[in-house]
Amino acid sequence: MSEKIKIEISKEVYEKAVKLAEEAGFPSVEALIEFLIEEASESTEGEEISKEDEEKIKERLRDLGYI
Amino acid sequence: MVNRPHGGRLVNRVVKGRRKEALLEEALEIPRISISYERVIDLLDIAHGAFSPLEGFLVQEDYLHVLHDMRLHDDTPWTIPIILDVDPDEIVGLKEGDDIALFYDDKPIALMKIEEVYGWDKKIHSQLVYKTTDVNHPGVAKTMERKELLIGGRIDLLNDPPNRFSDIVLWPIETRVLFREKGWRTIAAFQTRNVPHRGHEYVQKAALTFTDGLLIHPLLGWKKKGDYKDEVIIRAYKALIEHYYPKNVVVLTGLMMNMHYAGPREAIHHAIVRKNFGATHFIVGRDHAGVGNYYGPYEAWELFNEFPDLGITPLFIREAFYCRKCGGMVTEKTCPHTDQDRLKISGTRIRAMLRKGEIPPEHMMRPEVAKVIIEFENPFVE
Ligand SMILES: [Zn+2]
Repeated sequence: MSEKIKIEISKEVYEKAVKLAEEAGFPSVEALIEFLIEEASESTEGEEISKEDEEKIKERLRDLGYI
Repeated sequence: MVNRPHGGRLVNRVVKGRRKEALLEEALEIPRISISYERVIDLLDIAHGAFSPLEGFLVQEDYLHVLHDMRLHDDTPWTIPIILDVDPDEIVGLKEGDDIALFYDDKPIALMKIEEVYGWDKKIHSQLVYKTTDVNHPGVAKTMERKELLIGGRIDLLNDPPNRFSDIVLWPIETRVLFREKGWRTIAAFQTRNVPHRGHEYVQKAALTFTDGLLIHPLLGWKKKGDYKDEVIIRAYKALIEHYYPKNVVVLTGLMMNMHYAGPREAIHHAIVRKNFGATHFIVGRDHAGVGNYYGPYEAWELFNEFPDLGITPLFIREAFYCRKCGGMVTEKTCPHTDQDRLKISGTRIRAMLRKGEIPPEHMMRPEVAKVIIEFENPFVE
């Protein structure tokens, strides 16, 4: 749902990607590449949370007996 | 590591602080639309990131993609249309680009920007989402009752309406912090609307054999007549965890989310939502999210093949039963014996016994769990 940009990759890799996407059932090369990069990324990425909010959450989790 | 949110970013559309005060005032002055409790639940799921990457109700392009391709327009997997329906007379004088306030029970819940107003065909919708137009299907029945137009657009949540389950509901950002705090790298999520019997315990423990933690995630909120009451499910699970699970491997928390009975499509939806809660694995059982005989018992499993980019690993675990010869809980895949030696776990039979205040046999349900359930005057929704 986010903004898209163009990237350039070598033709060989692109052709491999087309084949791989097709074989694995990805709807497009873009979907394959986005998926692989996301898989390789750190898990906290994609969360926007301040230290302060995180402390509040931990406090609530303690109050509820989760930690 | 805790899983990444679906679409890459955990959505947060909950307005706080001074901005909230300002928007609450604005909400009283702009045109308003009253919404049902089910749409409030959708709003909560969007705003708190359970439906990431959705930031609002679907616009037409996404709606059509979801309907026909089971993906958003940018190819992100998404199988259940999250839509807001209105009557034409509710939006007289409003146009695309206008802000409206969504009210529930005479209170402003959220603001919404009308990005688009569009029509829909409920028959096509039902056929594609539920694979039937039979109005005896509860999802189709609900669809047919919905209003004639859809409005798409982003939302901003102003108020979480009062909720008697607030002590048991955690949102994605909270479970993510919790799982990291526990040091879990792999988490299997279990969807349920039921009290736990031995078969459920078996599949959960089968998953837990391979993952660091287990998220038991019952759906709370809307229920149909004859279902176990939410508080009964929670209490029953607490008893099971207390007596039969090691400390610190299970998180039990409720999920406010609507149930559609859309079978295979909903199984994918359930997996996506649990990914947003940080789960890395999702247990898909027999006839997941099904109803009646509308879907094949393992049809949901097949649909997962179409989503190699789902980003959460489905765990397909067959229905479990007790085998006298094996001397324990087994599945079709692990036991070579015949029906003569097998004791099936029947949800219907358990229900009938509990209704009479009887404790079901131990191979079906743990006595500690049964005891908690029959202590309720009426454990079922009237
Ligand atoms: Zn056996």
